[in-house]
Amino acid sequence: MTREKTDFWVGLFVLLGIVALVFLALRAGNLSSFSLAPTYQVQARFDNLGGLKVRAPVKSSGVVVGRVSSISFDNQRFQAVATLDMESQYQFPDDSSASILTSGLLGEQYVGITPGGDDKMLAQNSTIKYTQSAVVLEELISKFLYSSASKEGTAKDAPAGTPAAKP
Amino acid sequence: MSTLVRGIGRLGGLVRGSIYGLGAFTRLFATILARSGIALKRPGLVSQQIHFIGNYSLLIIAVSGLFVGFVLGLQGYYTLNRYGSEEALGLLVALSLTRELGPVVTALLFAGRAGTSLTAEIGLMKAGEQLAAMEVMAVDPIRRVLTPRFWGGVIAMPVLAAVFSMVGIIGGWVVGVLLIGIDSGAFWSQMQSGVDVFNDVLNGVLKSVIFGIAVTLIALYEGWNAKPTPEGVSRATTRTVVSGSLAVLGLDFLLTALMFSN
Repeated sequence: MTREKTDFWVGLFVLLGIVALVFLALRAGNLSSFSLAPTYQVQARFDNLGGLKVRAPVKSSGVVVGRVSSISFDNQRFQAVATLDMESQYQFPDDSSASILTSGLLGEQYVGITPGGDDKMLAQNSTIKYTQSAVVLEELISKFLYSSASKEGTAKDAPAGTPAAKP
Repeated sequence: MSTLVRGIGRLGGLVRGSIYGLGAFTRLFATILARSGIALKRPGLVSQQIHFIGNYSLLIIAVSGLFVGFVLGLQGYYTLNRYGSEEALGLLVALSLTRELGPVVTALLFAGRAGTSLTAEIGLMKAGEQLAAMEVMAVDPIRRVLTPRFWGGVIAMPVLAAVFSMVGIIGGWVVGVLLIGIDSGAFWSQMQSGVDVFNDVLNGVLKSVIFGIAVTLIALYEGWNAKPTPEGVSRATTRTVVSGSLAVLGLDFLLTALMFSN
């Protein structure tokens, strides 16, 4: 086989490899969801982050508006600090609130932004004041058990015949 | 007493031999790297090798990838169906292919398809005293024969692994969406939300590059050190497949522990 013919087939082979990689990156991977849009950083303090991970999505009304860029611990306030990379095309009022939610029953956790009503918008390096921590299932169960146990206790204390309507 | 001494002596010889082999292997690697200038000076030699190693392996890689994708689709569906999450089939197929099966199965096939031919070719060149004749003519056989083959293998391997993963995902799609009837949108969107480009796809490519280096180098080393007899060449070819496959599986464990342990 001549040199040029070999080079042609090798070029085709390498091209096929590049096509395969692009397919893996765009069709199978999440490269298409990467955006190079300008961002601004906003911080949010939470009592409990739960299972929030770096690069988890930040959503508002179900639309991805940013990503969690870093997670750290504030040793003065003893709170977790999540830094959010918000896309500049999405602006939120200054008094918006952030909460950590779970997609589905077993899905991954994300930060949900609920817009407030202030005229001023969140700026670079500002802090979201109103936050709601992740719901920890164990705490929820223990609270439920505790409250039902105390309810049972009050029901027994009430004298027979009278309805247990005491506060 | 003498049998005991001989037994201990053989054990020592085995240890010494394997350490010697590792040293010679590393020295060959270093020599090939030091003479890689020829790959830039005469790229025709490398492209000839890519054509021989890569293009001719394409069919076996693509067909195996397709069938691995089919089987992953069927088996994955069987397991996921129990938990009512058939839509995650795309994610399962794509993750297992890009992270593990693509690089590993391609490297195993590569050792069988391309590694053996490299070893046999170089071994026969040695048996026919062609390598010695080159040295007499002041042509360095490591530079002229081994280095283009090394770079050809190293370049061809990641391309083949990427093709394997792509064809496998298409195979999983054929079984999952066309045969079983999973929703096509859910199949692709679950895959896209779960597969990370850097963490999964790029690490898979890195794995395949490392496997390509290991398998090609083992094939060249075995051919280079083969006994110049028909029996010696056949033994060297067998050793290429055995130690190449074992090296791939061992390296895969190490690389997986390093890349995906967090």
